[in-house]
Amino acid sequence: MPDAVTLERLVGELKASDAESVIDTVQSPGRVAIEIKPESIVGSLEVMRAAGYEFLASVHGIDYYPSEPRLGVDYELLSREALDRVALTLRVSTEDPHVPSVTPAWPCASNHEREAYDMFGLIFDGHPDLRRILMPEDYEGHPQRRDFPIGGEPVLFTHNEHNVPRWFE
Amino acid sequence: MSTVDPAAAELSAYRKMEQSITISETTEFEGDRELLTLNLGPHHPATHGVLRLLVTLDGEVIRKLQPIYGYLHTGIEKTAEQKSYWKAIPVVERMDYVSYYFNAMAYCGAVEQLLEVEVPKRAQYLRVIHLELNRIMSHLVFLGTSALDLGAISVWWYCFRERETLLDLFEMSSGQRMHTRYFQIGGVIEDIPSGWIEQVRKFCAIMPERADIYGDLLNKNEIFLQRQRDVCPLPAEKLREYGVTGPLLRAAGDPWDLRKAMPYSSYDDFDFKIPVGTKGDNYDRYEVRLQEVKESVKIITQALDNLPDGPTITEDRKIALPPRHELATSMEALIHHFKLVTEGMRVPEGEAYYAIEGARGELGCFVRSDGSSKPARVHMRDPSLVNMQAAPAATEGWLIADMLATVAMFDPIIGGVDR
Amino acid sequence: MEVSRQKVSDSEEFRSKQLRARDMLRGDLDDKDLDEFVQERVLTTTLEKASDWARGNSFFPLTFGLACCAIEMMTVAASRLDIARFGYEAFRASPRQADLLVLSGRISIKMAPVIRRIYDQMLEPKYVIAMGACSSSMGVFNNYAIVPADKFMPVDVHVPGCPPRPEALMHGILELRSMVHGDPTLGWRERYEAEGTEEIYPLAPADATGINVFGAGGTEGTNA
Repeated sequence: MPDAVTLERLVGELKASDAESVIDTVQSPGRVAIEIKPESIVGSLEVMRAAGYEFLASVHGIDYYPSEPRLGVDYELLSREALDRVALTLRVSTEDPHVPSVTPAWPCASNHEREAYDMFGLIFDGHPDLRRILMPEDYEGHPQRRDFPIGGEPVLFTHNEHNVPRWFE
Repeated sequence: MSTVDPAAAELSAYRKMEQSITISETTEFEGDRELLTLNLGPHHPATHGVLRLLVTLDGEVIRKLQPIYGYLHTGIEKTAEQKSYWKAIPVVERMDYVSYYFNAMAYCGAVEQLLEVEVPKRAQYLRVIHLELNRIMSHLVFLGTSALDLGAISVWWYCFRERETLLDLFEMSSGQRMHTRYFQIGGVIEDIPSGWIEQVRKFCAIMPERADIYGDLLNKNEIFLQRQRDVCPLPAEKLREYGVTGPLLRAAGDPWDLRKAMPYSSYDDFDFKIPVGTKGDNYDRYEVRLQEVKESVKIITQALDNLPDGPTITEDRKIALPPRHELATSMEALIHHFKLVTEGMRVPEGEAYYAIEGARGELGCFVRSDGSSKPARVHMRDPSLVNMQAAPAATEGWLIADMLATVAMFDPIIGGVDR
Repeated sequence: MEVSRQKVSDSEEFRSKQLRARDMLRGDLDDKDLDEFVQERVLTTTLEKASDWARGNSFFPLTFGLACCAIEMMTVAASRLDIARFGYEAFRASPRQADLLVLSGRISIKMAPVIRRIYDQMLEPKYVIAMGACSSSMGVFNNYAIVPADKFMPVDVHVPGCPPRPEALMHGILELRSMVHGDPTLGWRERYEAEGTEEIYPLAPADATGINVFGAGGTEGTNA
């Protein structure tokens, strides 16, 4: 987790490249997350790469239901020289879940972005091959959204075996 | 079958698929070469789980490799959101089913970071011992199944014999062979039984020699060497571009190991080396893991020698279950026990990302808490999902047999990929 | 050293047995004598029981590992618990050659049609063991992504556990063996009064965008 001085410097560099990119910094125990405007995520990641954070560990979606804007994407960065982790986050709403894809610049995000699309419905513009990765291709719905039901099947016991339609019926 | 004439107006779906493949790398083959797209379906004799590969072949040479995942997707992350924090540990453990202690460690570490709770030193050492035993076990399974894929079947029997001893150790300490809920938030669930340390020492006394024996079985075998040496190398820069970590990156020469770089759970108390390869070919990937087994034995021996006394789980009763003998006498203990079992612990709002060095690379766990007793989002950053992104780059231009050996050396565990 | 000799039977009886054997081989014994002869000499059984005995003692399991239970299934075949003792070590990779499908692991909705297809490709008689909690019932994960095996294919033996100890899986396989040998009422064929299974070819979906991997035309249009 970067200390206050480094955090100031990073936020300053991000703002220098794009004045309106940084919205907020969120502190959690052991972690600091810089919230970025969705349109400027690619540029912000390049700024971070130049600052030494060259390893994009994880790109994943988050559903902040019930607070709006509902969907978020989290980019976990690691600097191998400074041995430090920083996160960049962004928020989009479900009505317009478009996020610029970072895959052309960071090929390691390819599978992660496909998974975020599959699970949350976040559409990454510019991703070379955006299709479902974990669910079947013709599945409808985005399972990890908070309002998607957990689902499940009734467990078959001898007392309800005859009430549940079986494979041979 | 329609003719091979690409100018024909009516193309079948197969021909359309074929033309969608860019064959710009194969400039020496003009339009009369026919590429075959083969499906190595989710059920295949190779023992790496339900991985589906679509290979586009020119004879036996691979032009394009596309892995397709999802055949083991279990919705672990969504299930973990329905359980309280400590009841989600068994669910999260079942993600990467060979290195289950690592999954639990990453998740517990993330929640402990959110709770800002201190794990006692004895618990940290016990965690390290179990993690390293699990690393040995994961590498043994890798060695056994990879050798089985390549045809060296005896190695599989020997590795599983060693694995049985390890599972006996796990059963002795926690009662279960696999998916032991041994790691809890704040420490480990209970102390090790008497006699366990002697059994682990006995195992550590024989393991380095056994690792050498398994190496000797394979290292001088001409067929094995021809299938592994200089096959499918990838330089470290390309691997870093794809986000690959773990033994694959170390085989290419990059000594990045989270246990040394950003130590967690008292790893900086131990003295061990990091095996690093030179060429990044299949042989290095296999040899790095074999050497890592010996380094793990060193760590375990040091941890056993210096095992401190003390509690094995945090004393904070709002997080850890009180010991059972207190329940008969203390009212607060009873209330804490009741609240923890029915509702679970309340974690303050925040987000945490905790990464450890898993058997396959950086295993990270992201936990978001919204102040209630259930996590709002649990995401496991699995190393296999990211490592497999480098598989097409590694295998394009090589033969099918090389591709099988390479996928075996990449050691993907599809439970982790699909979660 | 003392050697004691005993006359096993009367030499008269022995001689008459020999004559009867010769008569039987010539086809000269009539009914009552023939019955007596057969009762004394030949191990009688029906062909059914003999073939059931042979089948039960030589399952060819399919190498079908899905998840954590697969590791325990490999352990059953490994050196400490050795199912080669019972004759089941010949794991076959091709479903056409296997007759025991051990569903070891959680079955996701993407994998279920694949498993069904593999089961259909196996030749009769075939048996299924649902190993572990996830394939029998939903197991630890009762959610949108998992189906229990009973929903789409018949299962003979359910082995509980998460993962079941190798001894438990062995017990399950031996239960299946005793079922095949003598007591077929334990299996699904008796329970549901069924004859066999048939291959399922779901109809093509109404809209053209759906992908029907089972329909005529094969894998046309699937991912490439």
